[in-house]
Amino acid sequence: MKLKLTFLTILAAVASLFSPAVFAQQKLLANQSDVSFTFKQMGVPVDGKFTKFDAQINFDASKLATSKVAFTIDIASATLGDKATDAELPKAPWFNTAKFPQATFASNSIKSLGGGKFEVMGKLSIKGVSQDVTVPVVMTQAGAVTTATGTFAIKRLIFKIGENEWSDTSMVADPVQVKFKIALSGVGKL
Amino acid sequence: MHLFALVGFYTSSLSIAIGHEFAKKTTLKTAPESNLSNSQPPQALSHTSYSTVAIVLHWFLGLSIFAMFALGVYMHELPFSPERLKLYNYHKWAGICFLFLTVLRLLWRFTHRPPALPAAIEQVMPTWQTRIYHATHHVMYLLFFAVPLLGWAYSSAAGFPIVLFGVLPLPDLLTVDKEFAKLIKELHEVSAIALMALALLHIAAALKHQFIDKDNLVSRMLPKRH
Repeated sequence: MKLKLTFLTILAAVASLFSPAVFAQQKLLANQSDVSFTFKQMGVPVDGKFTKFDAQINFDASKLATSKVAFTIDIASATLGDKATDAELPKAPWFNTAKFPQATFASNSIKSLGGGKFEVMGKLSIKGVSQDVTVPVVMTQAGAVTTATGTFAIKRLIFKIGENEWSDTSMVADPVQVKFKIALSGVGKL
Repeated sequence: MHLFALVGFYTSSLSIAIGHEFAKKTTLKTAPESNLSNSQPPQALSHTSYSTVAIVLHWFLGLSIFAMFALGVYMHELPFSPERLKLYNYHKWAGICFLFLTVLRLLWRFTHRPPALPAAIEQVMPTWQTRIYHATHHVMYLLFFAVPLLGWAYSSAAGFPIVLFGVLPLPDLLTVDKEFAKLIKELHEVSAIALMALALLHIAAALKHQFIDKDNLVSRMLPKRH
């Protein structure tokens, strides 16, 4: 009887340890999310996207100081919608997918600008290079789904995307626009 | 690229050289000591010429279709490289310029009637030759539009729109459809080959007039001498 009680106490303690996590569980709704990018090749806009990515989100608009956003992109899932070009992307001069299979973003701090607008500062790592970036995010809620959208620019050469002969920016421009739409479940009221 | 520049340079020098040869021949034939039979007065060989604008456009656009064809054949064999992308863009820009100049050329042709085939030549030409002569010109003009427009449509369908000289985005002729793009590409290729074949036929006919008939018909398309 005593043993059973102790067991229950431990169980309750363990459950209480996990319950805040369960309560705060926020999940990426992958099929409602997009991560895409646009760059210019001799003035011609070329659009691409990543089809595989995941996010670990712990976001509470009322507790921004403890809120965290982490993002992981499966680089091999990059596509420009053109077979011949897609075959080049994983190669060493571009993403070198074999050596750097993932790109990551991890937030350091989140600032509210009001009206569902936020500024997320964090570290973006692609192809073994990390850089601090500030990402403007607009969040909207519809039913149980919270959607975060935003656009920011990176310079591909900083991340060594397109090396050697491909570093010529008159061929492929340096700026790359990154666009995202991330749908999440389990986010509390903004 | 270097190879191509070389070929381009070679072709243009060659064409200048040929032009000079023709020019020399023209002078010779109108000269009194010409080896022509005396039964034909020299006047019979001086035909009403095309206008200077028509002549310039004819030679410039004529050479450019050969250059664009050579570029098209060369670039599509290249492996994925900056060189390949660069040449594709040059080819597209050249095609758009060609299209624009062809519109001007046709407008000029409508407002400045080209000289009719000299009566002396038309009389001796068999009917089938006259037919082919007209058909060749009509189909060539049709292809002057069809080939670049198909190229433009292919660019649109393939999702790589044309940005003229890297600064002026042109409207898409078709919405992006990779499968349909494949078909358009084939049509662009086939029509370009057809245009080449007709251009070669046109040149062969001009050479036949010059060297077999010796009627100096080509002088109508050469710079006027005073």
